[in-house]
Formats: sequence, structure tokens, C-alpha cells
Amino acid sequence: MDVFDIVGPIMVGPSSSHTAGAARIGKFALTILGQPLQAAKIYFSGSFAKTYRGHGTDKAIIGGLLGMDTDDIRIRNSLKLAKEKGLQFQFFETEIDNAHPNTVQLELAGTEGKTVVVQGASVGGGNILITKIDDTEVSITGKATTLIVPHKDVPGMISDVTNILARRGVNIGRFELKRSQKGGTAVMIIEVDGTVDAEVNEMIAHFPNVIDSTVIAAIG
Amino acid sequence: MKYDSVAELCALAKEKGCLISDIVITEQAKAQEVTEEALVERMEKSFAVMEESVASGFEEGLVSASGLTGGAAYKMKQAVDEGKTICGKFFGEALAKALAVSETNACMGKIVAAPTAGSCGILPAALLTLMEEKQLPRQTMVRALFTASAVGMVIAKNASIAGAEGGCQAECGSASAMAAAALVEACGGTVDMVSHACAIAIKNILGLVCDPVAGLVEIPCTKRNAAGVANAFVAAELALAGIESAIPADEVIWAMKKVGDSMSAALKETAEGGLAATPTGKRLCRRVFGERTCNGGKEL
Ligand code: SF4
Repeated sequence: MDVFDIVGPIMVGPSSSHTAGAARIGKFALTILGQPLQAAKIYFSGSFAKTYRGHGTDKAIIGGLLGMDTDDIRIRNSLKLAKEKGLQFQFFETEIDNAHPNTVQLELAGTEGKTVVVQGASVGGGNILITKIDDTEVSITGKATTLIVPHKDVPGMISDVTNILARRGVNIGRFELKRSQKGGTAVMIIEVDGTVDAEVNEMIAHFPNVIDSTVIAAIG
Repeated sequence: MKYDSVAELCALAKEKGCLISDIVITEQAKAQEVTEEALVERMEKSFAVMEESVASGFEEGLVSASGLTGGAAYKMKQAVDEGKTICGKFFGEALAKALAVSETNACMGKIVAAPTAGSCGILPAALLTLMEEKQLPRQTMVRALFTASAVGMVIAKNASIAGAEGGCQAECGSASAMAAAALVEACGGTVDMVSHACAIAIKNILGLVCDPVAGLVEIPCTKRNAAGVANAFVAAELALAGIESAIPADEVIWAMKKVGDSMSAALKETAEGGLAATPTGKRLCRRVFGERTCNGGKEL
């Protein structure tokens, strides 16, 4: 906790959990998609489903999906802006089992054909927790620079990736490996201190058996 | 420094013979690995956003998405400008500014959470009104924000700054205490006066519940921001006059934590109790969200 957690964040109102957190989840999901967004299906659950209109959660999510930060005043008009940009989006109210009350699931399709499903919760004070990426359950807060590396579940992958980070002087703060089944697809989630250059990310993405590599900047 | 107590802050400032903000700035610059200048500059940006959030709240015809909020700041400002207020221009200005920032928030404008979005009007209203009235340098106000933050950190550590955890005393109460501390420092009060002002501000608002109608940060939040800035001035005036709080600030914060813990969940942001559960509160909820979501809000 520091002074700017108390006097701050600078944000578009009205609610740190229902607005600021929602925008962050949207932006996070957009970064994972890694290409311009073409269509989005937005499933609100729990308190989000009940009150999203009054809190502007819909505008905040769309703002985030357009790449806006929590203090971007354009969030107020994001629905209109999205329509002007030709983005297709639909909102649904649903109930996701065992989810935090402020949960949203985003089904995104990019202009270059990639699709991704991201589920996240706004857990208070603008803080978020990404709980699912496609079929993989994760727990990412976004407080540190995060590398997400889906790859084939074969021996040596972890050392390949962590070696290059070590050689570039990148210190790992948290490491998590998730896999759905033996020999299938696995995902490395690596939180690091400081930042990761685009070049390092490219190198990781081009390793054999790595499917993709995404760097998500730490939430300011 | 761990921001464990207001007493610690005061002791350190006295030992060094400086202001609380001085020690906070030095400590935070070290902790965040930035220069003191860069740290203060970042706070200056927040102060500028606070000023903008006042200005945008005075726009005529402001209405929130729910339709529940808007126009109060404009009316208050008009009353001040027409010289119709009971307590004079200075006090009316403070109330108008608190309403303005709070309405900016409700209408999806840009604000600085201080410490939360719900209570974001109190600190800017207190500091900006004082700055204008006493013609104080901007830098004094920006530095005083560090004292306010330090008080907020102590409260967050030992009690809470979230309505969902501690009721509105944790939001508007904390904001009042932070503002009172900043006011006293900016007016040249002693370190002990800062501490007494904090204590008095929280004492005056102890037990306030969080009961937002329809769960939205609008009713009663906007008006509680006006009340919060009034409370900050009450606490600062008493402390600056040399009046002491019999119960020390840290014990008042402790009491606030205990009171928050013993509040029923219905009174902690769930919109199931207090004003949210009144017939009118429920009717307004239905108007915004329809019958299905607002099937009454559970009774107390
Ligand atoms: S009533 Fe609740 S939501 Fe409104 S300002 Fe107070 S604590 Fe925040």
C-alpha cells in the first residue's frame, strides 16, 4: 500500500469495483487477444448482471475492450464509439457457478481470426482477478508484468522460457504452470519484476512448441 | 515506517522537528524508488484532477445514468453566488465543491478516489476551498495531501476504508479524518493538532452505515460528501483552537474497526438495509433496475 492507493486511483466514476475494475478486465482481455477486436459477447454474472447499467459497467467493459484505461473520460461514450468503429457487441445476464459476485466472461473475436474467452472478477478498490483464459483456470491480478505462454506439454519447456528470462536479467516473482491433460496444451503464467521487452517476448513466441506468448503490462 | 499508528507519525515528525507530510514524502520516495520531486509531481497531477472534477460537477443539466443524481452542486453554487447561504460564502463553497466532485463521479466523470470513489468529494472540497479562501500556495495543499494519505493508510491498516467492510464511517469517515488532518497542517497547526483533528472527525461520524439506494454510489453518498467536508472543517477548527480529543486518534480508529465489525451485513453496501430498504429507496431501485432485481431488498 502506498500514498497513491489512498489518494487515488484517478478513475472515471462511479465505482472502483463496478467501473474501474471492469475497464481493467476489458483491457486485459484485449491484450490477451493480441489483435484488433471485431466482435465481443459479454456475459455479466452476480452483482454485475443486476446493476451493470446503473454503474456503467457495460461502458467500462467496452472502454477497456477499446484499449482505454480506468481514467479515460471517453469511457462515458464508449458504446457509441464502439458502434462507430464497427465493433459488434452484445450483453447477456447470466449466473456463473461459484464465481465472485462481480464476474464477467468475455468471448472475443479478433479481426485476424483469433478468438479467446476470458473470465475475470472485480474484487474491490479497482483490483481485478482474471480467473479463466479459454479452458484454463488461472488467477492473475495484473499487479505485476505478466507473461502468458500457452505451449505444448512436452519436456524442457519451462527451462527454455525461464532461461531466456534469466539471461535477460528478468526476475520472476511468481510462476504457475497449468495444463488440462498430460501431453495436451499447457500454459505458463509468469509474473516478473519490472518490464519485459517486446524482443524477448518475440523470442519466446518463436520457440518450438510454444503456441503463443503475450506480455501484459502491470496495472499502474 | 509502517504506518501502524497516528502516534508513530506524530512522534517521528516531532523528533525531526518537521511536518508529517515531510516524513511521509521522504519515506514514500524511498519506498517507491523515485525522487521526492517526482513523487510530489505525481501528487500534483492528482490535485489537478481534483480541481477539474470540481469544475465538471458544476455543469448545468448534469444527470447520472440511473437518473438518481445530478444538479445539486449547481443549485448549491447558485445559492452561494446569490449570497443566500446561512453560513456564508466560504462554507457554502465547500459544500458546493463536495457535491460537485461527488456528482462528477456519479455521472462517470474523472475523479481521484480519496480514499474511495464514493467519498471522493470530501478531500478536494476541503483543500480547494481553504486554498482559495486563505490564498495559500498550491504546493502547501499538494504536500498536505501526503499527510492525508498517511492518515488514510493508518486507517486502512487498522480498520478499513471500504464501505463493504466497515460501513460509511470507513469511507466518508476516513475521508473526513484525512481532510481534517490536511487542513490543520496546511493552516500551520501543530502535529498534535493534526492528530486531534483526525480523532474528532472520526468520532463525529462513528457508526455511520453504508446503505446506498439500489446499490448505486449516489443516494445518500452525494450528500454525505457535503456532510463529510463540513465535519472535516468542524474537526479542524476545534483542533486548531486547541481543543483536544479525550480519546486518542489511534483508539478512535480502533473503535471504528470494532463498530464496523459489529454492523450487520445489511448495513455494509449490500443495499439491503438503512435508506436502501425504505419504501422510497426500494421504489427508486425498481425504477432503475426493474422488479426482478429489486424484489424488495431484504428487510432488516
Ligand atoms: S453510503 Fe456506502 S457507497 Fe455511499 S459513500 Fe458511504 S460507504 Fe460509499
